[in-house]
Amino acid sequence: MNAELDTFDLIAMGLKIAVVVVMLLQVVPIMVWVERRGSALLQNRLGPNRIGPLGLFQSLVDAVKMMTKEDRATGHVNPFYYRLAPLVSLLPAFLTFAAIPFASHITMGDKTVQFQIADLNVGLLYILSVTSLSVYGIIMGSWASNNKYSMLGGLRSTAQMISYELSMGLAIIGIVMIFGSIQMGDIATAQGATLIQLGPIAIPKWGVFLQPLGFIIFLICTYAETNRLPFDLPEGESEIVAGYHLEYYSMMFGMFMMAEYINMTVASAFVTTLYFGGWQLLPGMTFLLTHSGLEGMNFEWARVALEAISFVLKVAFFMWLFVWVRWTIPRFRYDQVMHLGWKVLLPLSLLNILITGFLIYLKVL
Amino acid sequence: MDISPVGFYLFAGVAIACSLLVVFKKSPVSSAFSLILVFAAFAGIYANLAAHLVAALQVLVYAGAIMVLFIFVIMLLSADEPSFDMGRSHPLVKALVGFFCVALFVMFVWALKKSDHGQVLVGPYSVAAVAASGGNSKVVSQLMFTRYILPFELTSILLLAGIVGAIALAKRNLGKEGK
Repeated sequence: MNAELDTFDLIAMGLKIAVVVVMLLQVVPIMVWVERRGSALLQNRLGPNRIGPLGLFQSLVDAVKMMTKEDRATGHVNPFYYRLAPLVSLLPAFLTFAAIPFASHITMGDKTVQFQIADLNVGLLYILSVTSLSVYGIIMGSWASNNKYSMLGGLRSTAQMISYELSMGLAIIGIVMIFGSIQMGDIATAQGATLIQLGPIAIPKWGVFLQPLGFIIFLICTYAETNRLPFDLPEGESEIVAGYHLEYYSMMFGMFMMAEYINMTVASAFVTTLYFGGWQLLPGMTFLLTHSGLEGMNFEWARVALEAISFVLKVAFFMWLFVWVRWTIPRFRYDQVMHLGWKVLLPLSLLNILITGFLIYLKVL
Repeated sequence: MDISPVGFYLFAGVAIACSLLVVFKKSPVSSAFSLILVFAAFAGIYANLAAHLVAALQVLVYAGAIMVLFIFVIMLLSADEPSFDMGRSHPLVKALVGFFCVALFVMFVWALKKSDHGQVLVGPYSVAAVAASGGNSKVVSQLMFTRYILPFELTSILLLAGIVGAIALAKRNLGKEGK
């Protein structure tokens, strides 16, 4: 396999990795700004507005503040695991994006470049398995902090993530059944087909139209997996102070925060790819392509650019949804979280598989 | 099947070093964290062998799910907790349990014997041969849901029995504390 790689492939691969990593890192300050301004919008106040236009540079200043703060471990922590934990929580967040396609492919001479770091045969399983590792950062941090509240936060997050991982995996099975593949590239490509033609409007074969119930279950589970409100029990400021990152400050806290926002990005990209057609063009963009004379082999760059823009816009919508939900819905109580996960979402996701199976058997889907 | 020596020695070295840490670390939680690295290194070796499905499942099941529960239990229970004493059970219950155990075992042997005939994919199992037959996940899932469906379902029954047993044990202790 390695023998097939030449310089061109290596450069393309390096560029793709660089773009994805830089984008993911840049998402964090922007999302922090969006979150603060968004919360201000929803709570009818101004939010950060002093530094830069619309307060845009606030995140920059915050980052400098965090990096220049004194970085020391308090006496009662386990220093090795205490310092390791933020890294451990950051790593899976980056790794997951490797299997997510952000545009289709472009032909350059006799080479085809896929806009995806690795189109793995087991893409979906890869993403699930790497995200299942993200819980260790939280466990490790909460345990190494040697603090009761941290420990409670860590235990809560473990219970929550295990419970919701189950429904999440079962919700995805519906998608796998319909598209017959666990390769992310295939799933994104398959969603380009037309489901129903209503006059001039073609409803695409996006996962959300085929799996509405699965989509809702999956979306709820991503909120629980990323520890975002209404599932932010591991932090629960009003109950357990700050949960698993209570003993963290300076950039070590910053890394936990980065992990949270990157996880949000990855979750949004995952939802987009599975249920909203991934890089498939947004409505109207095909019209734009055909009527601006940018069609055909010579203008593949235009198509790829629009695909990437579609993908980013879809992901941005889900990122905004994360913020929107956070400042709209109050936090669940612990027993309500467990009740929702085990007694509502799990049976519903099993029901979803059953219905999908029947519909496939009856050749409706 | 080819494996690059660099990858093998790297992952095997990590696996051995971390296994030693599992044994020699004093804190059980540190041991458990090292064990996760051992599983991750195994997954690396599988991925090097182009067995991506096994690698992904290794991480998903062992490193992702089972070890989380391990750590959960280690953190919650103190290590010197005495093992559960279930007391004596009725001889009829014992006989029934013995009967079902033997019955399940016989069924397993019978099912495996019945389903194991011939090969689906004839070797050598090169990367190209696996890819030509539809990739790892397709081949494995087809086998699992056609030829090996009976052992597969029996395994899930065994797991179900394990889950029911675990809940029964946990609930039993809760009831005693309540009184």
